[in-house]
Amino acid sequence: MADEKKIGAYLCKGCGLGDRLDISALKVVAEREGKAAIVREHDFLCDASGVAMIQADIDTQGVNRVAIAACSRRAKTEAFGFANVAVSRANLREGVIWVRPDTDENRETTQEMATDYVRMACVEAKFMNPPDANKAATYNRQLLVVGGGVSGLTSAIEAARAGYNVTIVEKGAELGGIAAQLYRQVPEHSPYSDPQDTGVAELINAVSNHKNITVHTRSSIAETDGAPGRFVVQIAAESGTSETKTFGAILQATGFTAHDISHLPVYGYKTSPDIITQFELEQLTKAAGGDIIKRPSDGKQVASVAFVQCAGQRSEQEGHLSYCSGHCCSTSIKQAMYFKNANPAIDTNIIYTDLRTPGAGGEDFYRSGQHKGVTFTKGQVTSVKAEGGGVSVKFKDLILNEDTEEKVDLVVLANGMVPNSGLNIDDPTSAEKPKSASILNLTYRQGRDLPQLKYGFNDSHFICFPYETRRTGIYAAGPVRRPMDIAQTKEDATGATLKAIQAIENAALGRAAHPRSGDLSFPSFKKEGCTQCKRCTVECPFGAIDEDAQRFPVFNESRCRRCGTCMGACPVRVISFENYSVDSVGQQIKNIDIPEEFDEKPRILMLACENDAYPALDMAAMNRQEYSAFVRVIPVRCLGSVNLIWITDALNSGFDGVMMMGCKKGDNYQCHFVKGSELAHMRMSKVDDTLKTLSLETERVVTHEIAITDIHRLPQLINEMASTILRIGMSPLKF
Amino acid sequence: MNDTSKPIDAIRKMSMSAGNTAMIERYRNHFLKEVTDNVEEGEWVNMCMQCGVCAGSCPLGNAWAHPPQEIFMMIRAGKREEVLTSDSMWMCTSCYNCIVRCPRKLPITHIMHGLARYAERLGLAPKNQPTRKFAMMFWDNITKTGRANEVTLGIRLYFMHGFVNGIKTALKMLPVGLSMIKTKRMSPLGLVAHSGCKGKNDITKLLKKAREIEEARMKKY
Amino acid sequence: MAKKQYSFYPGCSSEKNASASNYMTSVHAMCDVLDVQLNEIPDWNCCGASVGYAGGGELERLILSARNLAISEQEHKGQDVVATCAACWLATRETKERLESDNQLMRDANQALAEIGLKYEAKQNVRHMVEVLIEDFGYDKLGEKVKKPLEGLKVAGYVGCQTNRPFGIDGESYENPKYLDKLVETMGAEPLGNYDKKVQCCGGALAFSEPEKSQAMIKDIIESAYDHGADIIATPCPVCQMNVEIYQDQINKTYSKNFKMPVVYYSTLMSVAYGKGHRESGLDGQIIPATKLEKFAAK
Repeated sequence: MADEKKIGAYLCKGCGLGDRLDISALKVVAEREGKAAIVREHDFLCDASGVAMIQADIDTQGVNRVAIAACSRRAKTEAFGFANVAVSRANLREGVIWVRPDTDENRETTQEMATDYVRMACVEAKFMNPPDANKAATYNRQLLVVGGGVSGLTSAIEAARAGYNVTIVEKGAELGGIAAQLYRQVPEHSPYSDPQDTGVAELINAVSNHKNITVHTRSSIAETDGAPGRFVVQIAAESGTSETKTFGAILQATGFTAHDISHLPVYGYKTSPDIITQFELEQLTKAAGGDIIKRPSDGKQVASVAFVQCAGQRSEQEGHLSYCSGHCCSTSIKQAMYFKNANPAIDTNIIYTDLRTPGAGGEDFYRSGQHKGVTFTKGQVTSVKAEGGGVSVKFKDLILNEDTEEKVDLVVLANGMVPNSGLNIDDPTSAEKPKSASILNLTYRQGRDLPQLKYGFNDSHFICFPYETRRTGIYAAGPVRRPMDIAQTKEDATGATLKAIQAIENAALGRAAHPRSGDLSFPSFKKEGCTQCKRCTVECPFGAIDEDAQRFPVFNESRCRRCGTCMGACPVRVISFENYSVDSVGQQIKNIDIPEEFDEKPRILMLACENDAYPALDMAAMNRQEYSAFVRVIPVRCLGSVNLIWITDALNSGFDGVMMMGCKKGDNYQCHFVKGSELAHMRMSKVDDTLKTLSLETERVVTHEIAITDIHRLPQLINEMASTILRIGMSPLKF
Repeated sequence: MNDTSKPIDAIRKMSMSAGNTAMIERYRNHFLKEVTDNVEEGEWVNMCMQCGVCAGSCPLGNAWAHPPQEIFMMIRAGKREEVLTSDSMWMCTSCYNCIVRCPRKLPITHIMHGLARYAERLGLAPKNQPTRKFAMMFWDNITKTGRANEVTLGIRLYFMHGFVNGIKTALKMLPVGLSMIKTKRMSPLGLVAHSGCKGKNDITKLLKKAREIEEARMKKY
Repeated sequence: MAKKQYSFYPGCSSEKNASASNYMTSVHAMCDVLDVQLNEIPDWNCCGASVGYAGGGELERLILSARNLAISEQEHKGQDVVATCAACWLATRETKERLESDNQLMRDANQALAEIGLKYEAKQNVRHMVEVLIEDFGYDKLGEKVKKPLEGLKVAGYVGCQTNRPFGIDGESYENPKYLDKLVETMGAEPLGNYDKKVQCCGGALAFSEPEKSQAMIKDIIESAYDHGADIIATPCPVCQMNVEIYQDQINKTYSKNFKMPVVYYSTLMSVAYGKGHRESGLDGQIIPATKLEKFAAK
């Protein structure tokens, strides 16, 4: 790349820009203040001739920094996606003319907005470098699948069929997991009326016979090192032998364990052989070859069965799972059909508090059970006890509001599932807890297993990106990610496998994975100046940064999601991206014109997250929602990337207010980078001190959580900020 | 049974407690099965998913001791006596709101009618329930001549709770009746001059045959 | 346009000196303008209505309508069966659908019908008069016949239950059917689109057996019409018309109200708008005179 930076600024007159704005004046701004070497205007910049005009300047005039003053950076990305140059965008359409009234008295302030944005785009271009792909990128088409149950098998066969090599590591002696021990599964296909074969045998067969799949049974992962494209994994066999292999990506499909409810006396589990779990009924039925099972206690033909739903689940009581395991209602319906299909005279009663049969065919399957004469009783079970040669189930009928009792031959408990998710890396005592062992044994600074989100599941972001974990290139699939049945598991494993393949391909090209998929920039770090404070290594939501022996950060580019949280965290500002840095934003802030106090034109700086807040602003503009002309918006990759210096600089240079717009934080976060919004809120809580030092009112800096749907609320918030400034007065720090 | 000119008597004859005893004997505690076999649209009862939309949609919901949702649950729980002697089903106005709203498409209105009819057949329906009385009178009225005679029906209705009450009701209803007469929407001549269908004998024959077929069908179970 | 012919099932309440005789008067006036010929099913019998359930079993009730339908098939070949009463339409259509979809029931019904020399084959559609108006004419054509647009007349369209549920008019929602409002608008009157008791039950037959409970509902139906500024309530159902109109004095006493809300049929509005006079439109059958509508009739 040429050392000399040559800025070309291009002003569009289309979409009404030419009518609403004084384009010649803006040209002068780009030239004189933006220091653009070439400034051109065009009637429709995004059309073929406009694009060709810019490309010609790049090709023949040596333009390597392109500032486009037209529409939002979210519009016309293909037309303005010039290769090997840095491109900045002045948002004159969605950011200016669409949010301002077209009246004479507003013309001046509208033009001022445009003037600032043109100047900002030029200076941003100046401080950007075209990103270059990670030179250390490696292409490794090997996928590691941890776990050989339905999710692991599905993932392996899908990846192998797509042309990738797969290694399955399974702890047990056989493939197939829990599903292999079921008699039948809940139907996956129309008409969803009867239990169907699990198909696990065929799946095992297909996997065992595929030339691109290697299976290690009785084995576990002793260590996982590296990053996407270059994971180095030690596979340890029970026999004591060990093997080291490299992988491009990893899929964790370690499944679940049945919830142990023997400690909950209400269900009487283990007090009688006639009180069994759903899984035990499967085993008994399978052993009986599908015949009606005999009562375990005395071998009597079962004439009546009660199914107790949510046994030890969906309750905040001690020893209960607080979540729903999702499959149990359909499983009980299926099991009741085992009896009804063999002999319709057998009484089968499913006692539930809320019946849930998720999935496309769930409701049909429920109805099929009803057609077959399975009885459904809405009730809360209060005791299950062996009594007089049978089992007594006492429950409160929730429809008739009365306590009642049923005597049956057999009781089946829907006890739910607990994920096999390894260590809880957020709980330092996790490793000492009984039965807990690490699954992946990651060498990452931030812990040996995948982070857990809720209830111990290895999920990352259940709202926006269900397949992602917080460890790039490592994907969780099946019941380890959230409770699910076989059909959902297969779909989940297929989706996660596709993500793993994407990770392999992105890593090979040195590009970011989701959500900045395809981004070639990555953080660079100046060792001189680093104080080894470890904020970046601690705060990185994706565990991308390790530490070396001297405790300097070690960046693993292919683990990085390019959110910039490290850049926002760094107190000495030594972390930056080629095209996004403390300067590329800081200089924009410095180049916003601050009118004198007596002009009565306050200036509000808004740093808006590019994932939700900025698109919401664009949509507000499309709906012609007007907002104050005093605001200047700069998009940021994530609120987590906001460095405090931007705020203090802005306040020092006379801004009257600062607004920070991030995504929803907290337990049900919508932050695309998990922790960014949370961290920003935390960091900004310390701004109050800065404000006090500067003798400024605390209302001048606000942080908001914005959803992409907040297209009416956002303009409102801007206008509220403008009236706050009106109330508390202009900043005294204007020069 | 043969005397179809007096349908109410015929029903009473048939609905002796013997019929009830026979059903109890036949089905033991399987009331759900009894309902499935013998009640019009009764095979739908097991398809209820207990959402309660019917209960919330019924215009007279508050007047039901047990809304349809509960009735269905009681049938599943084997509460035979409580269901069949209940006056709940008799609160149905036939507005069909429950039917169109039921997410499981249960023909709830018809099931309620069917349960009421079944209770009546077995002699378990509450004797003095006003809608039951009116409904029986109505059937009697229309099957006599093939067409409804609003005048005789009205008068029998007023006197259904005895003579004194009848006079009271009639007096209360007098202004309504007079204005109906005034606007030619009722005629006192209906007492004597209502002719009904010409083919009223046909209708008698038809209903007799229909009942025979229906009785035979029920015996099958 | 050629005369349209239908096999007509008027039902008991439409007979001379019966409670909906005024409905019939207006239907005939309306049909006269629309050139519709209603061929009454010879010697039709009662449909059993809804409340017949206690005395009659399933087949007994269905067979009543099956007789009417069998006679219609025999006498009025190729015509649709049309009913004006909501309950008649419901019972007759239900019979057709149940017998058509259940072979056993159909065999049973025909076994009974054979006793009187009839046979039923479910060949004719069973329709409500409103369906004929909307589907065979359409709002535009119905509007063309208007001579006296009912300008300024505010009408609460009270659809009630049985023309709306369980079958309803094709394309309409059960919760908020619009056809009656559209008919009102077509006649030049002003429909009260937000009238919130549009599909509220009036008690039906229970107005006789449970007067207190029914009148509580009827009170709400009338009160809401007043709240929305209605001059008049219009309905497609004879039971609705009767229940809502005739008990207003009693309701006034019970609830200390001052109701005097006229209740007419859609066909009453149409007859008047089509230029028919007071008597031809059945306005003399109003217990509560429809004063504002009478003025249009007198024009």
